[in-house]
Amino acid sequence: MKEILLNPQLWSATLAMATPLALPALGGTFSERSGVVNIAMEGIMLIAAFFAVLFAHLTGSAWLGLLGAIVVGMIVAVIFAWAAVTLTADQVILGMAINIFASGFTAYLLNTIFGFSGTPTDTPMLPNINIPVIKNIPFIGQILSGNSVIVYLMIILIFASNYFLFHTNLGLRIRAVGENPEAAETAGINVIKLRYLGVALSGLFSAIGGAYLSIGLLNSFSTDMSSGRGYIALAAMIFGKWTPFGSFGAALLFGFATALSMQLQNSAISKNIIMMLPYILTVLALVGVGGKSVSPAADGVPYTPKK
Amino acid sequence: MKKLLKSIYMPILAVIIAIIIGSIIMLVTGFNPLSAYASLFIGAFGTLPNIANTLANAVPLIITGLGVAIAFDAGLFNIGAEGQYWIGAIVATWIGYSFKGLPWYIHIPFALIAAMIAGGLWGGIVPGFAKAYTGAHEVITTMMMSYVAIYFSHYLLEFGPMMEKGSVPQSPLIKDSAVIPTILRNTQLSYGIFIAIAAALFVYWLMYKTVWGYEMRAVGFNQRASKYAGMNVPLNIVLSLSLSGIFAGLAGAVQILGVQHRLYDSFTSGYGYTAIVVALLAKNNPIGVVFSALLFAALGTGSQYMQLNAQVPGQLADVITGLIIFFVAADKIIEVLKSMFKKQKKEELAS
Repeated sequence: MKEILLNPQLWSATLAMATPLALPALGGTFSERSGVVNIAMEGIMLIAAFFAVLFAHLTGSAWLGLLGAIVVGMIVAVIFAWAAVTLTADQVILGMAINIFASGFTAYLLNTIFGFSGTPTDTPMLPNINIPVIKNIPFIGQILSGNSVIVYLMIILIFASNYFLFHTNLGLRIRAVGENPEAAETAGINVIKLRYLGVALSGLFSAIGGAYLSIGLLNSFSTDMSSGRGYIALAAMIFGKWTPFGSFGAALLFGFATALSMQLQNSAISKNIIMMLPYILTVLALVGVGGKSVSPAADGVPYTPKK
Repeated sequence: MKKLLKSIYMPILAVIIAIIIGSIIMLVTGFNPLSAYASLFIGAFGTLPNIANTLANAVPLIITGLGVAIAFDAGLFNIGAEGQYWIGAIVATWIGYSFKGLPWYIHIPFALIAAMIAGGLWGGIVPGFAKAYTGAHEVITTMMMSYVAIYFSHYLLEFGPMMEKGSVPQSPLIKDSAVIPTILRNTQLSYGIFIAIAAALFVYWLMYKTVWGYEMRAVGFNQRASKYAGMNVPLNIVLSLSLSGIFAGLAGAVQILGVQHRLYDSFTSGYGYTAIVVALLAKNNPIGVVFSALLFAALGTGSQYMQLNAQVPGQLADVITGLIIFFVAADKIIEVLKSMFKKQKKEELAS
C-alpha cells in the first residue's frame, strides 16, 4: 500500500481523472446556482467528445477540435435551456432525454462516418505542458508538470469561477435567481436571461470536459465514453456544497478513488469496493453526515415571469 | 374524457415527430428511412419468434416501468431503478443456484419474493428515509445507490463470492427448479409475461382503487395539502419508493429466472433507464405502461434486425427514444408550433 501511495503515477492519474469531473461539476455549479438542474451534462460531454474528434480529424488541428466541441456542446445546452427555462418542462426528464439521444446519436454517427473500425488513429491530440522549474522538482514535478493543457485550464477556471460567482455583481445575481427568483425579479433582475447564462456555462464546461476525454487523454472516441461522468460530477458538486473549490476538492477525491482502483488491479482489496466509496460518501453528505449539503432554494423549479 | 384523449394523443404526436426527425437523420446520412422502418417493423413483429422476443423484451420493461410509475405518481423520481433491478437479479441468482432440492413451486416464489424485498429495501430504506426525513433529493440518492449496486455486482462476479469456477466473470447457472419455463421454444419468451401482466393489473387496482394508492397520489399532487388532510407524508414517501424498488427487484428476478438463468458481469442492463422512459410515455398509467413497454421493446428487437438487414446502425433506436421523451417532457413545443402555424395563416390571409 505504501508503495502505491508513494508512486507519483497515482497522483498524476488522480489529477487526470479529476479533470473530467471537476469541469462539469463547475458547470453544474453555475447551472444549479441559477436554479436549473442539468443532468444533460452527461450527454453534452459525450456529444462534445465525439465532435472534438470529428473536427480535430477534419481540420487536422486539435484546437479547432476543441472549439468545435464547445460550439456543438453549447448548442445542445441552449436547446436544453429553451425547453427547461422558456417552456418550463421538467428538467430531470429533459436531461434524461438528451442523454439517451446523445448516446444513440454519437454511436450512430461513429458507425456511419467512421465505420466499425473506429475513429482514425492519426487524430491530433491537445498538447501536454511542461512547466519550467517545477518539472525538475522530484516527485512533485512528475505530478504537477507534463499534464494536458486542459488540466491547467481547469485549475484557472476554478479560481475564475469562484471569483465570478462570489465577488462580482453578475455572480451575485445568478445566485439570487437560484435562491429566490420572485425577489430577484422584483429587484429588476431578468431571471430567464440569467438561467440561460447558467445553463450555457454548464454546457461550455461540460464540452471542455468531453473534449478532454477524447482528444486530451486519448485521440479517439468510443461509444458511451463519458461513462456516467456527468452524473458523478453532479455528485461532486453536491459533495462540494455547490462551490467551485468544494467541487474541485470532491472531484479530486473521486479521481483519487478511480486512480487507486486502477493501481489496485491485483490487490487483495477489490477495486470495485473502492469505486463504491465516492457514491456512498455522496449519499452520506446529502443526508447530513458531517455538515449537510443544502441545494439552492429554487433549484430545479421552473419559473414563469410575473409580467 | 377530453383529458384522457389529450393524455393519449400527446404521446402519439411525440412518437410521430420523433420518427420524422429520425427519418431526416437517416436521409442526411444516406439511408432510406422507409426501408429502415419497414425492416425495424419486421424485426419486431414479422414472424412468430420475433413477436415472442419482443414480448420477452417487454417483460422487464413493464415490471420496472410500473415501479417507476408508482414513484412518479407520488411525485418522486426513481432514476435508480437500474440498481434496484440489479439487486433483485443478484438475490434471485443466489437463491436460484444455492438451494438444492426445492420443488419449483417453492423455489420460484422464494427467489421472487426475496428479490422483491431486497429491491424494496434498496430503493426504500436509504433514498426513502433520506427523502422523507432529511429532504435529500431522491434523484441523486437513487442514482448513487444504483452505482453502488452495479459496483457491488462487479465485486461479486469478478473473482468475488458469486463467481463460477473458471475465468469468465459470471455466476453459476440456477437450478432447474428455479427456472421459469419458456413458452415458445428457441425464443426468450417465458411465463414471466403473465407475472408482468398481473403486476400491471395489481398496480392499477392499488393506485386507483385503494386508500393507499389514493394517499400516495395525493402526496404526489400536493404534499402540503395532504399533510393538512391528516395523511402521513413521510410514510407515503417511504412506501412509494419501497414499492418502486420492489417492482424493479421483481423485474431483475424474472429476467434471471425466465431468460438469463445466471448473472453476467455487464455494466448495465439498461432496463432501469428505459423503464423511466416507459413510465413517462404512459403518463404513469399502469395499463399504458404495458403498451409503452411494448413500443420500446419493439424498438429494441426491431433495431437489431434493422442493423443486420438494412445496415442502419441500431443505435437509431436510442436517438428516437431520446427524441420521444424530449417532446413528451416539452409538450409545450406543440403549442408553440400551433401558434406559429396560426400566425402564418393569419399573415397569409392578410396579404
